[in-house]
Parts: sequence; C-alpha cells; structure tokens
Amino acid sequence: MAILSKEEAKKIIDKVLAYSKADEMSVGLSGGRRGNIRYARNSVSTSGESDSLGLSVTSVFGKKSGTATINEFDDASLEKTVRRAEEIARLAPENPEYMPMLGPQKYLDTSTFAQSTANINPEFRAQAAFDSIDPCRKKNLTAAGYMEDTTGFTAIGNSKGLFGYNKSTSVDFSITVRTADGTGSGYANPDVNDVSKLSTRASTEIAMQKAMASVNARALEPGKYTVILEPTASVELLQNMMRSVDARSADEGRSFMSKKGGGTRLGEKLFDERVTIISDPMNLELPQSPFGGGGGGGRFGGGGNDGLPQEKRTWVENGIVKNLAYSRFWAEKKGVQPIPGPGGFIMLGGNQSLAEMIKSTDKGILVTRFWYIRAVDPQTQLYTGLTRDGTFYIENGQIKFPVKNFRFNESPVIMLNNVEALGKPVRAGGNLIPPMKIRDFTFTSLSDAV
Amino acid sequence: MNRRNFINLSGLGVGGLLVGGVPVYGNTVSVERLLEPGVDVATKKRLADIALNAARSKGASYTDVRIGRYLQQYVFTREKQVQNISNAESFGVGIRVIANGTWGFAATSDVTPAGIAKCAETAVAIAKANAKLQSEPVVLAPQKGVGEVSWKTPIVKNAFEIPVKDKIDLLLKTNAAAMDNGAGFVTSNLFMINEQKYFASTDGSYIDQDIHRIWPTFTVTAVDRAAGKFKTRDAFSSPMGMGYEYMDGLASEKIPGPNGLVGYRNSYDIVEDATLAAKQAKQKMTAKTVTAGKYDLVLDPNHLGLTIHESVGHPTELDRVLGYEANYAGTSFATLDKWKTKSFKYGSDLVNIVADKKQPYTLGTVGYDDEGVPAKEWDLIKNGVLVNYQAIRDQVAILGGKESNGCCYADNWDSVQFQRMPNVSLKPGTEKRSVIDMIKGVDKGIYIIGRGSYSIDQQRYNFQFGGQLFYEIKNGEIVGMLDDVAYQANTQEFWNSCAQLCDKDDYRTFGSFFDGKGQPSQVSAVSHGSPTTRFNGVNVINTGRRI
Repeated sequence: MAILSKEEAKKIIDKVLAYSKADEMSVGLSGGRRGNIRYARNSVSTSGESDSLGLSVTSVFGKKSGTATINEFDDASLEKTVRRAEEIARLAPENPEYMPMLGPQKYLDTSTFAQSTANINPEFRAQAAFDSIDPCRKKNLTAAGYMEDTTGFTAIGNSKGLFGYNKSTSVDFSITVRTADGTGSGYANPDVNDVSKLSTRASTEIAMQKAMASVNARALEPGKYTVILEPTASVELLQNMMRSVDARSADEGRSFMSKKGGGTRLGEKLFDERVTIISDPMNLELPQSPFGGGGGGGRFGGGGNDGLPQEKRTWVENGIVKNLAYSRFWAEKKGVQPIPGPGGFIMLGGNQSLAEMIKSTDKGILVTRFWYIRAVDPQTQLYTGLTRDGTFYIENGQIKFPVKNFRFNESPVIMLNNVEALGKPVRAGGNLIPPMKIRDFTFTSLSDAV
Repeated sequence: MNRRNFINLSGLGVGGLLVGGVPVYGNTVSVERLLEPGVDVATKKRLADIALNAARSKGASYTDVRIGRYLQQYVFTREKQVQNISNAESFGVGIRVIANGTWGFAATSDVTPAGIAKCAETAVAIAKANAKLQSEPVVLAPQKGVGEVSWKTPIVKNAFEIPVKDKIDLLLKTNAAAMDNGAGFVTSNLFMINEQKYFASTDGSYIDQDIHRIWPTFTVTAVDRAAGKFKTRDAFSSPMGMGYEYMDGLASEKIPGPNGLVGYRNSYDIVEDATLAAKQAKQKMTAKTVTAGKYDLVLDPNHLGLTIHESVGHPTELDRVLGYEANYAGTSFATLDKWKTKSFKYGSDLVNIVADKKQPYTLGTVGYDDEGVPAKEWDLIKNGVLVNYQAIRDQVAILGGKESNGCCYADNWDSVQFQRMPNVSLKPGTEKRSVIDMIKGVDKGIYIIGRGSYSIDQQRYNFQFGGQLFYEIKNGEIVGMLDDVAYQANTQEFWNSCAQLCDKDDYRTFGSFFDGKGQPSQVSAVSHGSPTTRFNGVNVINTGRRI
C-alpha cells in the first residue's frame, strides 16, 4: 500500500527540493488506498479498490509559477518533473496576487489515523454490505447503500524549510432502505475516522425503522412550522454557510458577511446568542488535518494549500461573528493575520438528546434529512431543498404520524436566529452538529416523492 | 466531487483554488503535450486483443476494453488577471468482463502487454468473487460487431491548437468589456476537453473515436456597497460538442430577442454577452420584486434546458426507475407501470421529447457509446405520452427491447461505464412563431432567461427553478425587469401546462458539462435543445429575504 512514513516522505521531498533552480519551490506528496462497495436492490452492484501515490511540484520565478505532477519516483523522473514545473513557470503569466512561500511551521499532532480502517480489505467490505443487506432481506425491505474507505497520507515541503506530514483514515457509509411497495423510505449516513466505531448493521436498522415508520405519510399544508432538525438534515445548510465566511468576498461587498456601507460584519451579532461555532483539529470525535490541503489518498500529489497551520478557532461566539477566513494575500492587504477556512466545524449545543427534544415539543415537524439543497440567493444565504427519507409530525411530545415531504426555502442565518433549543452535538458529514429545534421554518410546497 | 483522481487546480500556485468543484483528471502536462498524437490505432488494436484473449482464457463470456487518453485544458481569469491554467492528460485502460453471469471491472495505467493481461485477469477475478452475491445473471442485449471503424467530432478548429495566449487575451477582453460597462467583479473561464477513446469487444468491434467539447463561461457581479447589495449575471453561452470555432461569434448564429437580448445558436460572442451582462446585472439592482402568484411563463432555451434535464432527462433513466440509484440521486416517478399503460400523459399534446446521441454540435454526440453501440435517436415522450426510457445493453431486456439505446458512458478509463443521459431535447413547434410573437399573446407572465438555482426531489415530482433574468409581461408586452423570482411545480402538471412552442428558427441547445451521477461519482456532458416555450399558470414564489 502506498502509505509512506514521515521519514520516507521527507526523504523524497528533500531530494526533489535539491533539484530546484527556481526562486522558490514547493512539493506535495500524497498517496493512499481508496476502496468502495456499492449495492442496490439487495445485491452488490460494484466494488473496487485503488492505490495511488503522486507528487506535485510548484516552481516559482518572481511572481510566475508552474506546477507539474508525476507518479514515478526514480531520480530521473523526479528531476524531469522539476524541470517541467520550471519551464511552465517561466511561460506563465505573472500572478499579481502571488505570496512568497511560508517558512517552517509548527503543526499540531492530530489523531486522524486509525489502524482499524487501514486494515479494511475486500472481505471486510463484503461483510459490511452483507450486514446491511441481510436484515433488510429478512424484513422484505430493499437496501441500497455505499461504503467508501480511505487510508492515506499527505506530506508538504518547500524550499524555505517548511515540512508537514499527516496520515489519515476515513469511512463514509450511506444506506437507503425502502419498503417493497415504495411507500416508505429511511436513511442513515454515519462517517468516522475509525471503522471500529461503525456498524453498518446498526445504521441500517435505523434506516429500516425510518422506512417502516414513514409509510402512509399524510399531507400537511405548507407554511411556517417549528421543526426539529436531525444533524444529518441541517449539516449541509450549515456547511454551505461556513464555506461562505471568506473575508475577501465580504470586503468586496458580495457576501452575506458584507456590511451595508462597506466592510464586513465581523464583530456583529448575527445569530441567536446560543449559537457558538468553533473548529478544533485536536477534537477526538472530529480530528482534522493540522494543515490546509490535508486528507489522504490523492494520486496526484497533495498540498494544494500553502501550509498554513490549522488550530482551534472560534468562528461564532454567542451569536457574534468572531472570525472570517483570510487568504494570505488578503490578510496582507488588510494588515491582519491569515486564517485558513475551517476543515470540519463544531457547533456547540446542550445536553438534550433528540428524544428529549421531541418530548418537549407541543407541535412540530421532525426532519431527518434534507436533499437537493441549492443556493437561491447568496446575499441572504437563502437555500431551497426538500425533506427526504422520513418526515414526521410531532404533537404533545410524541411522533404522531409520518408526513409527506416538503420543499423549503430558508436561510441558515434566519434559522440560527429562530433557535428554540439545541441538543447534544453528534458527528454528521465531517462536522459536529447538535439536533436543533427551530421555530418558523419555511416550507413552501409539498412533494409526492418517497 | 469526491473522486480518487481529483486534484486542486494549482497551476499558478493559487493555493487551494477550487472553481465550482471542477474536477481535473490526470497529470498536469505541457501545452505541447496536448497536441502530441497518442498511441497509434494498430498498437491499440494489438493491446486490446491482449485484454480480450486474457479475459477469455480466464473464463469471461464477454469482454470489452477501453484504451483512453483524456486531455483537458482549463483557463481561469478574474478581472485583469489570469488565475490558473491547467493542462492535464490521463491515459490508461479499463477492462469490463462478464464471468459467471456477473460484471467485473478493473483498470490500469500500466498500458503494456503484461499490465493489460494482468488487469484483464483481475477483472475476471472480481466478477467471479461478486458472482457469489449475485441473484440474477446479467442479460446483455446483442450487438453485432462493427469491425474496425473510427469517428471524430466534426470540429473546424481544434481548441488545443489555439495558442493559450489567444485564449487569455479573449477572456481578459471579455472581463474588460464587463468592467467597462459597470461590473464590480468578473470571472471568466474556458474549459476544453478531448477524449481519445479506443473501444474493442468480443463482439468484434474495434472503434477509435476522437471527441471534442468546449465551454466558455463567465459570472459578472454588480455591487452597491452603500446599499449592501450585489447581483450577478452568468454567461448565456452553452457548452458544445464543437471546436474553438464556437468562439467565432458569427452574426448569422445570433437570434435577436426582445429588450436587446441576444440568443446564441452554434456560435458565441463572449465579449458582446459580457457587455450585456454587466448592464443587466446593474439593472437587476433596481428590478421590482415579484408578487408571488400564478403566471404564464415564457422560458428561453438557455433556461428551459435545465428544466428538461432535471424533470425529463433524469426521471427517464432506466437505472433510476429500477432502483439502482436509490441511495444517491434517487428513483423516479416515471415507473414501468405508468409506461406500460401506453397512455401516461407526461405532458400536453405539444410535448415531443427525443433522446439522441447524434445531433450535430451537442455534448452527447458520438459515433458509438462506451459499449460499442452505434449512436441513435429515439422518442421518450410522443405527443405528451411517455413511450420509452434511456437503456443500455444490460437493461433493455427489462423493457422487452432487443437492442440498446446506446447511451452507456464512463468519464475516464478507470471508471466503469454505466447508463448516462443522452441529449434529451424538446422538439420545436411546426407553426411559425418567434419569441416576440409568443410574448404578444401573454396577458400576465414572466419571460425567464438563463440557468439559475435548481432543485428537484428524489423521484422528480416537485421542482423549483430560478433564472438569470426575469422580465414581467403585461398584456402582450414586456414592462420591466423583475427580481426574486423562482417557480415551483409538479413535473407532470408543469409539462401538461405546456401551451405554445416557438419554431425551429428559435431552437437552441443548453448544456451541462459536469453532470454528476453514481457512487463513486462520475461526470458526463449532455445537451438539451428546445425552442422558447410557454407554460400556463405556473406557481411563482418570491425569494427575497432580509438577514
């Protein structure tokens, strides 16, 4: 398998750097193994595994830079790649926003790697699929699922002495269970670094319960409702919002973080005071790469970022915007420290479980998943999308009956101002997110889809 | 995009630049490398035969092999500067077999006799391993071998032969035109793709194809800092199955519309479009917010193409109908029982929707698909009735068909081919009618141009679409621009509200360059032709909010 140790990676990077004739040079080296198994109609449809190892070289003359990549590691190929990057750099147009490379950085030692995941083999994947299909077959339900596992490393280095190395593993599992007559559907989508924390059978059983419970859904009038959003439902909306916390767009006047009259909304109270969002690469439930461009596996060389260290950071505190992401170019222009955007983020919550939140609800809708979310207006962060795979009506603290799917038009900014309660955060889509009770959530039409 | 061979575009050292999640496959190479010929046909045939023989000797009952060289050149700019230029090449072999009634697939970048033989053996081993979990054996529709043939996109100018400097100059000129006309910001991009694909199968086909595609696009942003507002307008180009001649901006291919609008057929004037875009983005700043309610919609082909894609293209994919995409994209409301009635009214009598892999200048057009089936054209919806699906060789028997529709595709040599959308297009009306004629007949309506926000449920019933430009129509005339417009409808109700079509002179194609499907996700490029079309009484919502 193409997982190089820190020492092996450094040796290759140092060798490549020694070939440089450019003003500056950076090298990214990454590799790994990616495996998957896919099934539908209770049968495995495809499965595969691929190894990769790749090196990417960026050479710079003045403000001109060029990148070349290679998958061969003999000395002649490495040197040839360096020469090619230099040739491309010489011919490239000047980049007025080019920033000189960073010197040595101190990176955190994060726990993104799990040996259990690295040990996955085709038999393991087949068993994981069987554990998911088998309970469905026995209950006359139909399973369609996908598991993808990645084990990889990324190393970065440059001619100014920067070096970083990170090893990581990840597993993403998704399962859709449908009733034989197609009138009920349920879903689960756990993601982990350590596969020993994943049970495809347990996740499938959750999806089975939702499938069976969502049969014979009743139509409710669209309108504004109090909703309880499971983290699998709210994650994409929050993720979209967090991807837009870029200072440059805000300063340029084309972001929801732009301030009327110019500047950004940094320091403004934009959300309910219970909203606090942080990122922390050392969090054991959500370990992250210690530098930008981390993650494993890429066949064509890692890096991709300039190597700014990731550290614990507060983005929103008690509803107040505390940080925006600054590229190095924009930070210099504005005279502030550069801040890389977060990898995964953590939204703090309370101690209530989802069940307790349902119990404390007089009237509301439980949303277990949203689907096909698309931006409608970047100015207001308005998104549209639909509920999917299990939506339920709550009355007097109990789930009363399944309801037909709704289309929503809502902004996460408005949503996070309408907070009724926050539960205990759980991992969803590479983030930690609490279940949320939100008032006045806007559903605009009904869908017949199951 | 979540692919093993995805790399960040970093050609100019713009760290971590991701432009719309655009995937780049393969190794970055020099511009000159893109023009070098690949392996000659005789060698490819020899290598292909090694795969076919190796698989057969290991027990495969069917084998196909694809030797693919995939070339990409992408250019990205903003305002006065080049952000990135990416040249990439990916070369390798994918081998697909049937053994013990089950598919197996393996791929390798080791394009040597030994590498290929080993890869073929792996494919057979995977098929045999998966056979243990298989409940029904694969049934493949017969396909007579076509012998040694070749096909090439009929391009006039190979985009890879045009100097990069010319492309940069054109994009920077485009940006300057936008800035000179009031834009606050502008980004412009040019995507060019060449697939050099060799296909061989145990049916006796040896097919060499050279496929070209191009997509110029931009986004213009107008900003009012004092008011804290911004508005964008995207390009009205379409990605095309053409060479660089698409950039010629021929006057003969322009269709003048109302309010100074210009429609582009098979030739695009990017500088003119950017000039108009900047002016229109500024107009959007002061456009009237829409009053929610029912309106008759007049939809331009550059807008309607996406509605066709989502509400007809995807629901008529047979693999979705059967449940193979249930865990990702979803299933379909257009079920087999509806189709079997031969009377399921998908749309009004005016609605005739064809699938094809043959229409000139389009993204889906090829000589043969990725399992050796010659390109075809077939009806999906005839006079409003659902009559067929999109099916490939291992599916068509389910429909009682005897031959594949020829719409199998893999996005790279190391991806397994599966059913992908062909061009799906709405036929123009037979009565002479221009857009202006159509608008004259509308009392209360909205004329929508351009691709905007889009969302549809997992069975393709309920959708919502935005657009780039919205014009209010009152008593047969355009009275001004609207803002905050999106329409919501049920697919069947929407297509049954189709009330009028413009004629063939107004017919244009819309395209999607990076349509995603499958797990792991693969992209494909597809066009959708239509004339400007009227839909009556569609529900329009107001999307304006304050935060």
